[in-house]
Amino acid sequence: MLSVSERARKDVPDGPRVGGPAVKVDDLSVTYRTSVEKRPTLRGAIMRAGRGRRTIRTIEAVRDVSFEVQPGTVLGIVGANGAGKSTLVRAVAGILPPTEGRIEVHGRVSTLLALGVGFNGNLSGRENVVLGGLAAGLTRSEVAEKYQEIEDFAELGDFIDMPMKTYSSGMYSRLAFSVAVNMTPDILLIDEALSAGDARFKRKSLDKMRELVAEARTLFLVSHALATVRELCSEAIWMHKGQLKLQGDPDRVIKAYTRYLEVGESAVTDEDF
Amino acid sequence: MKGSTPVALDDDFLGQVHVYEKHRIGLPRMRPYFRELWRRREFAVELSRSTLRAQNFNTVFGQLWLVFNPLLLGAVYYVLVAIIRGNPRGIDFLAHLLGGLFIFYFVSGSITTGTNSVVGGGRLILNTSFPRILLPASATITAFLRFLPTLPIYAAVHIAAGLPFSWAMLLIPVLFVLYAFFAHGVAAFFATLQVYFRDTANFLPYLVRIWLYLSPILWTLDDVSGVGPKIKQFLVLNPLYPMLGAWQDIVDHGNVPRLSFALGTLAWAVGATVVGMLFFMSREREFAVRL
Repeated sequence: MLSVSERARKDVPDGPRVGGPAVKVDDLSVTYRTSVEKRPTLRGAIMRAGRGRRTIRTIEAVRDVSFEVQPGTVLGIVGANGAGKSTLVRAVAGILPPTEGRIEVHGRVSTLLALGVGFNGNLSGRENVVLGGLAAGLTRSEVAEKYQEIEDFAELGDFIDMPMKTYSSGMYSRLAFSVAVNMTPDILLIDEALSAGDARFKRKSLDKMRELVAEARTLFLVSHALATVRELCSEAIWMHKGQLKLQGDPDRVIKAYTRYLEVGESAVTDEDF
Repeated sequence: MKGSTPVALDDDFLGQVHVYEKHRIGLPRMRPYFRELWRRREFAVELSRSTLRAQNFNTVFGQLWLVFNPLLLGAVYYVLVAIIRGNPRGIDFLAHLLGGLFIFYFVSGSITTGTNSVVGGGRLILNTSFPRILLPASATITAFLRFLPTLPIYAAVHIAAGLPFSWAMLLIPVLFVLYAFFAHGVAAFFATLQVYFRDTANFLPYLVRIWLYLSPILWTLDDVSGVGPKIKQFLVLNPLYPMLGAWQDIVDHGNVPRLSFALGTLAWAVGATVVGMLFFMSREREFAVRL
């Protein structure tokens, strides 16, 4: 279990096993039970008792999905809200265990899901970055080594030493993105993380992603910004109601997906990035 | 997760290849789990240090507060006991009271902060895969770091009360380690409960308060030597009864703890660790969808 790997093989760009896929997903299903209550409480459970209202829902988020991703691929994942994109990516990251099936991941994974850093708003950006790195399995010296790059890339100035609760959402996502890309992952999983941040930072993060791709690292990009997917991805999959509807060339997949959405590629979907 | 099928590629040692499969009994494989846990221990320590820093306990006045707060509480309870008994007790009772209180706040502090550790670590849990038990473990470390500055206070009162010093005191670190394991096990248990019932932390202060009164802190073991067996059999069920009993055997009497207290402390520490951690670990992979 426990995704993120042993200390980095620094500066070795491609996956550890040359020739094989970077990620191999076989018949993956992820089903989980979650509470429909916003804040499940014992008091609520007792007061509800006897009325027989179920507050636990079973969600079949991903059903029977299989695919392979070769090292150096930029995989775009598109699909409507609730199609299972995020669950799929979390399963690949090792955060959600498969209910059925199997996932094989070759290489060091870095994740940018749910605006990763800043889990403790009372701590500064710097402390959150260090803690995030340590939790991901880096040693203290590895974190120290990468820290400067992260700070420089995020361009937060003095805010880096302020409690993160003082950050704007753009600053949050800049720091989160900076952490994820500067961890020199073999496989980078990005889930909708590029929506915040100003135009200049978006440009910069796109460039950074291209840089990672040029180093033959593997990228998963969950996005509703179809223009970005088309521009950046070498392959795409379309998730629909938990199932893999189509895999292949991004143009083809996006065309099929947009046809399905019946909106064509209007200005809205293009500028969504 | 490595399941029944042997996987040649699954190399936990290099950590380069990860295979995730369905888990059958809910528990992760122990060896890789604890290896990852050990490898990321720095995280738990750093989280405690950062938390204390954020609460300004790294400053001079912050440290002083950590000392004054339990000292004031000790004074309050000392007066309370004096009023209830109708006459004040000696300084040796103050030593007894403070020692018990400081340990009690170490254990209960670890439990109350540990309870919120998982729910409070939401974003990290949603984004990163790591042994979640690090979060309650960090709460125990935090509680211990807050407990340390109170030890010199106890030592001063101990000396003032003319209580004995003996070789048995070398056992105190062992006792503290057992307290920490106990506290961590209970914290892990309540942290799991808190994920499913977010009001667990609201009930906790009441339980903690009752627990304080049921423990040999405001009263001594001698005080209850006269009570009937009916009440006594209740009192000994309290984990803190043998745990504080062992402490008091050492500091009040300069003896090695009597066997029943030593075994009781050990049993509670091992029991709470095993039960609390297994409960936590069997549930922890669900946390990401429950937060």
